[in-house]
Amino acid sequence: MGRITLSNLQKSLGSTTVIENLTLEVANGDFVVCVGPSGCGKTTLLRLIAGLEDVDAGSIRIDDRDVTLTPPSKRGLSMVFQSYALYPHMTVRSNIGFALKLAGASQLEINQKVEAAAEKLNLTKLLNRKPRELSGGQRQRVAIGRAIVRKPTAFLFDEPLSNLDAALRVQMRFELVRLQKELGITSLYVTHDQTEAMTMADKIVVLNAGSIVQYDTPLNIYRRPATTFVAGFIGSPKMNLITGGPAAERNAATIGVRPEHVALGSGASGWPGTVAVVEYLGSDTFLHVDAGALGLLVVRSSGDAPPERGTRVSLVPQEQNIHRFDMAGCLISN
Amino acid sequence: MATKHTQTVARLLLAPAVISLLLFSVIPLIFTIYFSFLHYSLLDAGARTFAGLENFQYVLTDPGLWQALANSLLLVTSILVITIAGGIPFALLLNEPIFGRNIARSVAIAPFFVMPTVNALVWKHLLLNPVSGLFSWIAVTLGRTPIDWFSDAPLAALVVIIAWQWLPFATLIFLTALQSLNSEQAEAAKLDGATPIQTFYHVTLPHLSRSIAIVVLIETIFLLSIFAEIFVTTGGGPGLASTNLTFLVFSQALIQFDAGAASAIALFAVLIANIVSGVLALPAAGRLEE
Amino acid sequence: MAGQSRARHVILTSCMAWAVASLLFFPIFWTLLTSFKTEIEAVASTPSLIRFHWTLENYKAVLSAGDYLPHAINSIIISMTSTLLAIALSIPAAWALAMAPTKRTKSILLWVLSTKMMPPVGVLVPIYLIYQRLDLLNTRTGLIAIVALSNLPIVLWMLFSYFKEIPHEMLEAARMDGATPVQEIGLVLLPTSLPAIASAFLLSFLLAWNECFWTLNLSTSDAAPLSVYIASFSSPEGLFWAKLSAASILAIAPVFAVGWFCQRQLVRGLTFGAVK
Repeated sequence: MGRITLSNLQKSLGSTTVIENLTLEVANGDFVVCVGPSGCGKTTLLRLIAGLEDVDAGSIRIDDRDVTLTPPSKRGLSMVFQSYALYPHMTVRSNIGFALKLAGASQLEINQKVEAAAEKLNLTKLLNRKPRELSGGQRQRVAIGRAIVRKPTAFLFDEPLSNLDAALRVQMRFELVRLQKELGITSLYVTHDQTEAMTMADKIVVLNAGSIVQYDTPLNIYRRPATTFVAGFIGSPKMNLITGGPAAERNAATIGVRPEHVALGSGASGWPGTVAVVEYLGSDTFLHVDAGALGLLVVRSSGDAPPERGTRVSLVPQEQNIHRFDMAGCLISN
Repeated sequence: MATKHTQTVARLLLAPAVISLLLFSVIPLIFTIYFSFLHYSLLDAGARTFAGLENFQYVLTDPGLWQALANSLLLVTSILVITIAGGIPFALLLNEPIFGRNIARSVAIAPFFVMPTVNALVWKHLLLNPVSGLFSWIAVTLGRTPIDWFSDAPLAALVVIIAWQWLPFATLIFLTALQSLNSEQAEAAKLDGATPIQTFYHVTLPHLSRSIAIVVLIETIFLLSIFAEIFVTTGGGPGLASTNLTFLVFSQALIQFDAGAASAIALFAVLIANIVSGVLALPAAGRLEE
Repeated sequence: MAGQSRARHVILTSCMAWAVASLLFFPIFWTLLTSFKTEIEAVASTPSLIRFHWTLENYKAVLSAGDYLPHAINSIIISMTSTLLAIALSIPAAWALAMAPTKRTKSILLWVLSTKMMPPVGVLVPIYLIYQRLDLLNTRTGLIAIVALSNLPIVLWMLFSYFKEIPHEMLEAARMDGATPVQEIGLVLLPTSLPAIASAFLLSFLLAWNECFWTLNLSTSDAAPLSVYIASFSSPEGLFWAKLSAASILAIAPVFAVGWFCQRQLVRGLTFGAVK
């Protein structure tokens, strides 16, 4: 009932390999966020699952049905596009009901389902408007309405929040998750924003250069990043990655420690540095410390009187929260 | 990128248009080539014998062909020159803030929508007629003898008639292009101390180069095939004075009923069209691709 | 001071522009005028501009002569049907070229364009003979076919350049909603492309109405549209100037109205969208 299984997917565009031998299993009802830098292939992956692009090799199964060769119109999936892709010549009501109309549902049934979906998304008053009369947030809700009205096997979201302003984005994050939990439908969500990934996902897929780097719950990824790439990508501000002396001392090629796990010490025991930038965020303050050969390190300071620019400080990391990585960038388990 | 499924459907949907075009342009062209190698008289439809290169020999040694070619080229070049040399200043004029600008534009564009046969006959009888036409009245009033256009200067008459119709077209194209010209460039030039002529030469003209290319391309295509105006006014005459290649093919096929020779001339016409297009139009088309 | 010379500039250019525009428009104006004159006044050695006996007798004569109306009907039917045919063939082809581009797309487009660049003379003889063989000479069907295919390249280019600008995601959304390609075109693509289709329609209608080469060669009486009808005035007997004028006005009026209102679309279409 909404389990998606990808096996050994391969996709090239021209001479570039975009998806490299990718295998993934998404459990029924999960909200899986696929995150990665630009060009990592996450949108392509979504489009492959949707059926909007052909795979070069590998298979896609939905529940136990092999849909690798099935056209998108028959896969039973719904997609919310980044640009919403609403039908400009139809009203909101017709936009949402379009799929039902194509499936041959009766007008009565269409009205019922459209109104139910509109109710959930606060669109009831807008049903007779055309897309051009709506704001960005409203259009996005119509796009979501269009996706949920059919009760698909799974939802596919392609960076749906990236065109919204910051406040709306935060609000919509909660709404989307709430909606998904209420409907219990498997969702695959693509974004480049790791904050969205951390706050929304049941599981995160970290994608880089067409391959899955790590697939786990947000907390596990945060606490035990599998590679230096994941370590540097997830978490804001980024984890401090240090090569050289301190790393070698701990039998690693690179060590990583998060800003909140570094304290300002006294005396000679820590890593010496000079405060270069002080970022006041209200609840937290982040100090960017020039630690010489160790680079620019970010430290979270929770005191009310953080040091000023130019102050010499000593950084003391919490040993139990230092992550060790080998030459290939993979985590060395303790 | 589309999926294989979409691409298969696409190929099916493309087929009707492509097949129809093939049927009406490529296949007949092959027939033309075939006919040019035959003795084929339309009066005697049964008797078709292989003629080898005789048709070509006959046609290429006939001075009429070369006169028709000269006429074709004369027509095209004169009309091109008139429409472009007239169209640019006129477009500049219409681009100025003048009273009733939109109406003036519509009025000026009007001739282009007139049917070619109507156009030709109106000029032939109402305007250029040496006895009762308007032009002869003007000539007489000015104390000069009216020109018998269609006897003495048939080609010139055709140029006047057809240039009148295509001048608005060129004007419209140039006007549209001028409207996309950023006025800032001209203003900057003025600030730099440029005279209007210099501004025109260094700012306006380069901007128009693309539309000039388009006008050349399109007019060449259409002007090489001038037919109706000749048909309705001079019938190609007197003699061959106003016959162009298109009309020559027509007269050979449907007046002399010699399909073989007509086909040979037609191929010659197609060849000339390709050459002229290659010389004039393709560099222009290349500019379009940018 | 600048204001004054500016105003003078505007007046000067207005006069010049209107002078040229009027000069260009004059033949049409003169025809219109002549159509209201009696035949005798039409050929008077001193032409008159306003002071003449205005009459509608020419229009009555032309309309009641019995051959204007059938030819007008032919024009309408041929222009309408050939346009519909050209559009019907072009919409799916333009969709295919715009939405499913392949390496061959560019060559196909150039090839389509090249068929328009070939002089129709090149295929005059075979088409004539084929039509003769198939009994299509002097039939509306025959003319509709050839006119439709003459205009097909232009209509195809117009629709293609418009479809290319349409966001693919909207059509992909339709696919995700369960639409077959035909449904995608019919329910989503076409309604959003109405302006482009309208322009293509108008342009094709205009070109078909004014089409002379094929109509003059392939029809004589029965199926002949107005272009051929007017040609019959080439050298008739007696006095006919005024009637010719009336007939001419009647022949060009419909398409004049169309062309007048739709200039911008026509420019786009004629130049294959190259000039915006």
